[in-house]
Amino acid sequence: MYSEKVMDHFNNPRNVGEIENASGVGTVGNAKCGDIMRMYLDIDPETKVIRDCKFKTFGCGAAVATSSMATELVKGKTVEEAMKVTNKAVMEALDGLPPVKVHCSLLAEEAIHAALWDYATKNHIQIEGLKEPKKDIHDGEEETEE
Amino acid sequence: MNQLIYMDNAATTRMSEKAFEKMKPYFLENYGNPSSVYQFASRGKAAVDEARETIAGLLGASANEIYFTAGGSESDNWAIKGVADSLKAKGKHIITSSIEHHAVLHTCEFLEKQGYEVTYLPVDENGKVSAEELLKAIRPDTILISIMFANNEIGTIQDIEVFGRIAKEHGILFHTDAVQAFGHVPIHVDEMHIDLLSASGHKFNGPKGVGFLYVRKGVRLTNLIHGGSQERAKRAGTTNVTGIVGMGEAAGEAGALMTERAEKIRTLRDHLMERVLAEIPYVKLNGSKTDRLPNNANFSFRFIEGESLLILLDQNGICASSGSACTSGSLDPSHVLLAIGLPHEIAHGSLRLTLSEENTMEEVDFVVDTLKKIVERLRNMSPLDEDFVKEQKKEK
Repeated sequence: MYSEKVMDHFNNPRNVGEIENASGVGTVGNAKCGDIMRMYLDIDPETKVIRDCKFKTFGCGAAVATSSMATELVKGKTVEEAMKVTNKAVMEALDGLPPVKVHCSLLAEEAIHAALWDYATKNHIQIEGLKEPKKDIHDGEEETEE
Repeated sequence: MNQLIYMDNAATTRMSEKAFEKMKPYFLENYGNPSSVYQFASRGKAAVDEARETIAGLLGASANEIYFTAGGSESDNWAIKGVADSLKAKGKHIITSSIEHHAVLHTCEFLEKQGYEVTYLPVDENGKVSAEELLKAIRPDTILISIMFANNEIGTIQDIEVFGRIAKEHGILFHTDAVQAFGHVPIHVDEMHIDLLSASGHKFNGPKGVGFLYVRKGVRLTNLIHGGSQERAKRAGTTNVTGIVGMGEAAGEAGALMTERAEKIRTLRDHLMERVLAEIPYVKLNGSKTDRLPNNANFSFRFIEGESLLILLDQNGICASSGSACTSGSLDPSHVLLAIGLPHEIAHGSLRLTLSEENTMEEVDFVVDTLKKIVERLRNMSPLDEDFVKEQKKEK
């Protein structure tokens, strides 16, 4: 059901972990449908280059693989370049995903954006094209569980 | 350990070799259609009759109360739609439970669109339906109560005899989906006041694509499959001789070896449960501790998701299943796990292991050892686990 690349990134996920005092952290997804992604960015304050990127994901094989691929794609890029890493780019880099798993790649894109938003907010800067992410991971649910 | 470890016997079972051998002559030699007149065809008919006797005997029923079908789903559809139609003048209310198999639930939802009303009884945290809830749901226009014998996901066995008695006292027909129970635990249709019972061959080491519906004598049931006059004109379609012969043989074997098999499987399963619960932190056993199928173990591992777990188990040669959304093909996790009160994220981290007598203690130990490593690995990359650890540090 998954491509070899997806299985490779699931079996040997790149950049799993946390970054202490990260420049930006973003958490997206929703426990209800079973996927939560957290992305950490370490950004050079001068050059705006993403020096390091790490992730933690609760989710299926595709969720882990898209998180892993997304970290690879944004690492070494500038903040502006990272904005161009779309869900489509993540999917293509993984040689495709089964149709029911496309939302996992969307989540990866959202996770990058959420981390960038956190960075932008902390540093009082604007990144072109970046919108405020959904407030919390339970957004979009009909009712939140306590 | 490189070989396959099969622990998904609630999905399907390996064919009994005896049953397989018994089927063989009906493919190439005795291939006649049992409905034909010539003598050649009678060989198949005799074998089908023998299977019918065997199955009836196991249930304490008569052979002419057994109708062969294409499996559990057809039997459930027929029982429910058949009663709904034949008793529509009496009423249009059906009672079932919220943890039924989709063959029952989706059939009931279909009937709701046709103007029937359905009450879905809740279950407690162990997955048990209560007699009080059932009594409360009964109305003058209730025509059918359908409650599964044992649950396919969490293995919980219901108090079928109690529900059967309640149905009988109220003059309501009682159907039970016994797909997971038949051949595994004792069932007696008279003692348990069962009017209709569904079962499926491949869940007790018979072949796939064949099952049966027990229909108590005198119960009127509208036909589901129309056509020829097979099965005493109640179920059309050329008799599936090979399938029925295989299922009959497997049923006979399951009946004869039931206690012995259950003991063996229960010992393995209990060892599995004990080790998992003792050696893996933040794990919960789903389903009843006592009223449970001997082969079923179902756990929820906090902070991790089921599909990831299944892929990693598969890479170690272990076949299992999960109630996570990703494996159910929808965005919601299993309706059974939600019905017993699990929050979504915990339901997503569920794992079902269903054993057979072919499993060994060595395999069980290998599965637990593997599971420990996989759970730890997935937790290490889970943001939920990270949050939990931080919370705990704060509390200290």
